Amino acid sequence: METLNILNRFDYTLMIVAIGAALLGAVSGALGTYAVLRRQSLLGDAISHAALPGIAIAFLLTGSKTPLILVLGAAIAGWLGTLLIMSIVRMTRIKYDSALGVVLSTFFGFGLVLHTFIQRTGNANQAGLDTFLFGQAATILERDIVTMGILGSVAILITVIFWKELKLLIFDEGFAASLGFSTRALDILLTSLLVIAIVLGLQAVGAVLMSAMLVAPAVAARQWTDRLSVMMLLAACFGILAGVSGTIISSSASRIPTGPTIVLCATVVVGFSIVFALNRGLLWDWMRQRRNRQGLEAAANRLFKEPQQGGD
Amino acid sequence: MLQGHFEIQLIAIVTAVACALPGVYLVLRRMTLMSDAISHAILPGIVLAFFLTHSLSSPLLILAAAGTGVLTVVFVELLQRTKLIKEDAAIGLTFPALFSIGVILISRFAGNVHLDIDAVLLGELAYAPLNRLKVAGYDLGPVSLYVMGVMLVLNLVFILLFYKELKLATFDASLAATLGFAPVLIHYGLMTLVSMTTVGAFDAVGSILVVALIAGPPATAYLMTDRLSRMLILSAVIGSVNAVSGYWVAYLFDVSIAGAIATMTLLIFGLVFLVVPNRGVIAIARRHARQKWEFAQTMLVIHLLNHEGLPEAEAESEITHLYEHLRWDPTFATQVVRYALNNQCVLQQETQLILTEQGRSIAQQALVQ
Repeated sequence: METLNILNRFDYTLMIVAIGAALLGAVSGALGTYAVLRRQSLLGDAISHAALPGIAIAFLLTGSKTPLILVLGAAIAGWLGTLLIMSIVRMTRIKYDSALGVVLSTFFGFGLVLHTFIQRTGNANQAGLDTFLFGQAATILERDIVTMGILGSVAILITVIFWKELKLLIFDEGFAASLGFSTRALDILLTSLLVIAIVLGLQAVGAVLMSAMLVAPAVAARQWTDRLSVMMLLAACFGILAGVSGTIISSSASRIPTGPTIVLCATVVVGFSIVFALNRGLLWDWMRQRRNRQGLEAAANRLFKEPQQGGD
Repeated sequence: MLQGHFEIQLIAIVTAVACALPGVYLVLRRMTLMSDAISHAILPGIVLAFFLTHSLSSPLLILAAAGTGVLTVVFVELLQRTKLIKEDAAIGLTFPALFSIGVILISRFAGNVHLDIDAVLLGELAYAPLNRLKVAGYDLGPVSLYVMGVMLVLNLVFILLFYKELKLATFDASLAATLGFAPVLIHYGLMTLVSMTTVGAFDAVGSILVVALIAGPPATAYLMTDRLSRMLILSAVIGSVNAVSGYWVAYLFDVSIAGAIATMTLLIFGLVFLVVPNRGVIAIARRHARQKWEFAQTMLVIHLLNHEGLPEAEAESEITHLYEHLRWDPTFATQVVRYALNNQCVLQQETQLILTEQGRSIAQQALVQ
């Protein structure tokens, strides 16, 4: 009876973590599609690192460690960091990559300063930063799942409402502007969506690996289709697949952290897609080239041999 | 204690300059994020070398990590070459994967050994002088000073030797290729140096903040100058200023030194971004404002010139008439009139505006253009 209880509890925890990872995978996969198509795959990396000072400031201001407040701080800081990147690119000749690098690392550095400051004033636990960097999937509770579900649904709902506008923005920004859509407002909307996705993932996989959760499922999905809607659905499915399989693998052996395992699972999905995807994949490409070469050789043989036979 | 202050600042300056020099080329070549990728991706290299040598300061560690760094660059380029994945996505895939492998290796096998992920990721400059180079019992100074000193010299020699080649490959890669300068070779040489510098610096400032040292000063310098040589020198100076000021901020508030250096990098970048002549936010805003008023003034004098000496001139040059004719709202029209009066383009006689010589020539010039 006793063992059965423990077993049940274990499965329950695992199930909660798996559901959380799946939710995260679905939302970040779907929203990451936009980032990948806009060639801003590393924006997620920037937002997640820039979020650190927000967490520290939220704690300094309120003195509370309620996840919701810290997450709100993270979201605001990540959002401000992205706005700063956007204005640096718009107003100066500094390119996107440099602006991203500067904001990402210096915001993070500022967060580190605040973190050490809080530590030395003596009212914070050491674990805070580790959790932020690498996440702690094991600490996901039922309550967190509800929050993740609500936030994720809001983000997905917004993409559905602004489907046409966002599609126009990623594929032809100039055309969108000429039709009278405010590309800057849409840009900010898109950034806000990414911020939501990242904030969802901070607890599970942490800041350092969060960018992979946005990039990998979308890149994998891109290989299988040319349609935005299909790509987004596929990316969500791949995200779920990576989340659930990563959770299960990491729970099957001791001392395998969940976040990195999920990321590696997502990477495997990408590798598989690059090689085996219909039409676009490397294998498909190789077969097509071989077929073309054989066809060409056959044609050449016909061309060059027939005159010889019929000629002299 | 005094020696401690001095040594830490010296290490910080040498590290900052060693990072800023290759950083200039990364910023100009739009490859800043490669340094972000490298700094994360070297983790598995460090871990594997650590398992072999059981020491965090072994030179093998630096070589292994630099190897992983170059491998990252190769991976990213291979992924790009399939044409299935764009560069940013290739970077975003490669480094988290390698980093994940590193984290898993650490938590699985290095649980009892001293290899803290925090130390790798965040570094701690304050501890750098504790690890000293001792030869035959003599204390020759902190190890990291020598490591970063060697990297600084290597970077300097590389840049001085291949200044022309690097410049050409950076600004016109195809011309460099046509002239037979092998931009690919230069690219890999640069990336190898970036990898080695990153590894050398991670010990002191950690892998995330290395990016602040590599990208921050060159981006700041890029706002201030148009010449490559000046940008290199400015980056080195700005990097040193960030390092020293960051150190004292950290000392005063008793916080992380690396973090404070990064914060100073952000502050100084922000300051330059705001106030630098011609390209700064303030300069741009003032130019926009001036252009707006100048344009309005030109409209006004052209309008006056058009009707000058004609029967309707009297009605057209009424100030109140401007509202409907130029479709300006009253407050804006009053401001424009005041601006034009100040510039002596028009004279006011009761409610009438009369062109001055200067105003007439501005209007004529604008019409010719």
